[in-house]
Amino acid sequence: MSRFPIGPHSIGRICLFAALLIASGCAKSAAPVGGTGDAASKVYVAPGQYDEFYMFASGGYSGQVSVYGLPSGRLLRVIPVFSQDPEKAYGYSEQSKPMFNTSYGFVPWDDAHHPSLSKTDGMNDGRWLFINGNNTPRVARIDLAEMNTKEIIEIPNAAGNHASPFVTQGTEYVVTATRFSVPTPQKDVPISTYKENFSGQIGFVAVDPTTGKMSLAFQIHMPGYDYDLARPGKGPSHGWAFFTTYNSEQANTLLERNASQNDKDFIAAVNWKQAEQCVAQGKAKTWPTRYAHNWVDEADVAHSEMLTGEKVLEPADCPGIVYFLPTPKSPHGVDVDPTGEYIVGGGKLATVIPVHSFSKMQKAIAEKAFEKEIGGIPVLKYEAVNYCEVANPGLGPLHDEFDDKGNVYTSVFISSEIVKWNLKDCKVVDRIPVYYSIGHLLVPGGDTRKPDGKYVIALNKITKDRYLPTGPELAQSAQLIDITGDKMKLLLDFPTIGEPHYAQAILASAIKDKQIRTFALAGNKDPFVTRTEKDARVERKGNVVHIYMTAIRSHFVPDNIEGIQVGDSVYWHVTNLEQDWDVPHGFAVTGANTSELLVMPGQTRTIAWVPDRAGVYPFYCTDFCSALHQEMQGYIRISPKGAGVQISYNTPK
Amino acid sequence: MSRSSRLWLAVAALSLALVYWLPLWHVGLKAPQYPEGLGLYIGINRIVGEQPQDLESINGLNHYIGMKRITPADIPELRFMPWLVAGLIGLGLVAALSGRRPLLYAWVVLFAAGAGAGLADFYRWGYDYGHNLDPQAIIKIPGMSYQPPLLGSKQLLNFHATSWPAAGGWILIAALGIGVVLSARELRKTRSILATAPSLLAA
Repeated sequence: MSRFPIGPHSIGRICLFAALLIASGCAKSAAPVGGTGDAASKVYVAPGQYDEFYMFASGGYSGQVSVYGLPSGRLLRVIPVFSQDPEKAYGYSEQSKPMFNTSYGFVPWDDAHHPSLSKTDGMNDGRWLFINGNNTPRVARIDLAEMNTKEIIEIPNAAGNHASPFVTQGTEYVVTATRFSVPTPQKDVPISTYKENFSGQIGFVAVDPTTGKMSLAFQIHMPGYDYDLARPGKGPSHGWAFFTTYNSEQANTLLERNASQNDKDFIAAVNWKQAEQCVAQGKAKTWPTRYAHNWVDEADVAHSEMLTGEKVLEPADCPGIVYFLPTPKSPHGVDVDPTGEYIVGGGKLATVIPVHSFSKMQKAIAEKAFEKEIGGIPVLKYEAVNYCEVANPGLGPLHDEFDDKGNVYTSVFISSEIVKWNLKDCKVVDRIPVYYSIGHLLVPGGDTRKPDGKYVIALNKITKDRYLPTGPELAQSAQLIDITGDKMKLLLDFPTIGEPHYAQAILASAIKDKQIRTFALAGNKDPFVTRTEKDARVERKGNVVHIYMTAIRSHFVPDNIEGIQVGDSVYWHVTNLEQDWDVPHGFAVTGANTSELLVMPGQTRTIAWVPDRAGVYPFYCTDFCSALHQEMQGYIRISPKGAGVQISYNTPK
Repeated sequence: MSRSSRLWLAVAALSLALVYWLPLWHVGLKAPQYPEGLGLYIGINRIVGEQPQDLESINGLNHYIGMKRITPADIPELRFMPWLVAGLIGLGLVAALSGRRPLLYAWVVLFAAGAGAGLADFYRWGYDYGHNLDPQAIIKIPGMSYQPPLLGSKQLLNFHATSWPAAGGWILIAALGIGVVLSARELRKTRSILATAPSLLAA
């Protein structure tokens, strides 16, 4: 059934492929330094001026989201999401620890891959950024006015949440999928029974349009393949979402070889609008499952709840919700063009880039142009859905992003390049080498109905000699490329933190004036807030001591505390009384088994401390706040248990 | 008084009502680490920050150099100024309605005296705040005082301080100006009548 004639041309390509694979490890790049004469002026952002775009990049195995300015490539912030961050007390302060709760308990790290900006009518609206956690399947939501994580929801029935959290056109849903098929529900079976016992799921997480609050809507029970990446449709294809699958061979070992045998795997086209209706009609079954849902409330305090149950639809019970589009070959990325008509597959091991047509797909469904059925899911005929195949795309095409002129940019991993082609004639018009081995790429607004264009940014996997070496571990390299002309021009290399798998960019003007500067002290609803220095106090309740402390330039109140005993559970509730921009205060005390606190103006943060020895110990402000920062300190006296020293502390007259 | 004088006087008196809403004076502080500056608006019955938190920020900065906290509740002028202005509005309207020139002159004289007293009082207040510093101030620079400028600008340590009338202040100045012009007009008319009077008497 294959459309690929295995002829001499292809054999030659396969040999070249193999040779390059071997050579890529050893050959030193003889490529030129890159860049053009006027590149410097295009990326120079003068002191006091601002970048044009915010770029939000996933941190990969760092678990965080990093924020860069474009075109300068300057790192502006690392937003803590799935990993504890002692610098910000994220995951250490009492208010933030619940964010790490999962059905496996407190998990202090995850692997974050794909940031996805919230959209309204297919355009980035600057409200939220969603990102997936791969290892403990989760989705997080970041508030873009504060650039902090506000909610994390665990995804049940999943193993590896990779095809996630791509956002539908109106942010109705954020999609999830299990990367690895596993016995669902989990049970004790021999691994070799993969074909009989293992299956997958594709899921939809509903997003409340006002609050952004996430909730599990439903999942679709899928055959035991690997579900890799996804893109929701837009425009005419809004209401559908497309997921790549590989390992239709259903191998459970040495997938490198065993999952690369079939000529074509699939893109699963999911009609979620129809699935919604089936769920409303009660056609889904509720599977018993347990998952955590964590969120930050209006008092800026995190909570965690354990929820149960998930609605799961069987494709056979709701015909028409899933179709398989045959796609060469172990496809990785799937991307939908700005018009919503073209579905481009990243045929990782293929020698072409396959492009499907949504309208052809609709027609094929209406005419029942099916090749076969798998578990109640019709497999459409390749010729019936395919629009074109882009020839000569390089070796290992992975991902596609779109500009505002109908061009498509494909990242090609093995031949380490970006290939530019046009949807009109499916011919490659330009290619540019990248350094080295590109994974994802992004064009600002490249997944929206009207991309901003201007740049394509390559997110490379291998750095080698691009920057000053820093021991064996090197920062990954991103490259800024100008796409405003006919030919792509390399402008800038910049190192990135963690591993940016993907990134999304938004015009700075869309969100920069909405950034929160301080928290209004009058609106602070933390249960342990101290609003004025006169309210500062220390209270003992049995073995628990609560210190209500204020911080303002340059003193703490109280700053002399006595009457604490060895073994007491001491809670330091520090409220920053400043109401001025960019005046945080830090807090640290000797012997605490947590990080410091970093408290923003108007905010209250708490750490827990159990003193284990008698004596007098200092505490101090850790964030340089004022000319008298060194004087911003205090002492706490710890007496032996039962010593009978009364609680005392000083407050201003 | 001529009809137009009375009308102008009424307008000037009524415009003073705006001063209950619009601030009288603006004191600004600029330094590199405050790119948007800090400022105070002094109104007829209040002192507020240009940004809501500026008053607290300025008090916070001032505590390093030993300056007293600016506490609007402790400033009595903010309590009786509204009455003084009410009196001016009332007298001005009465003068306009009655058309009697002596009332106009009285209004202008009282207004000018009040304005002068106000400025003198502002200077005294600024002097007190800038010179009577806490002997245990954190930052002590021998011989240095921190009196803000009465009008204009001045460098105080790392801050460039400015002091200028705000919208309400300009309205006061304009109203007083109108009063002065009207008085001059009326006085000239009086003189010219007096000048021609002997001929009338003789006639």
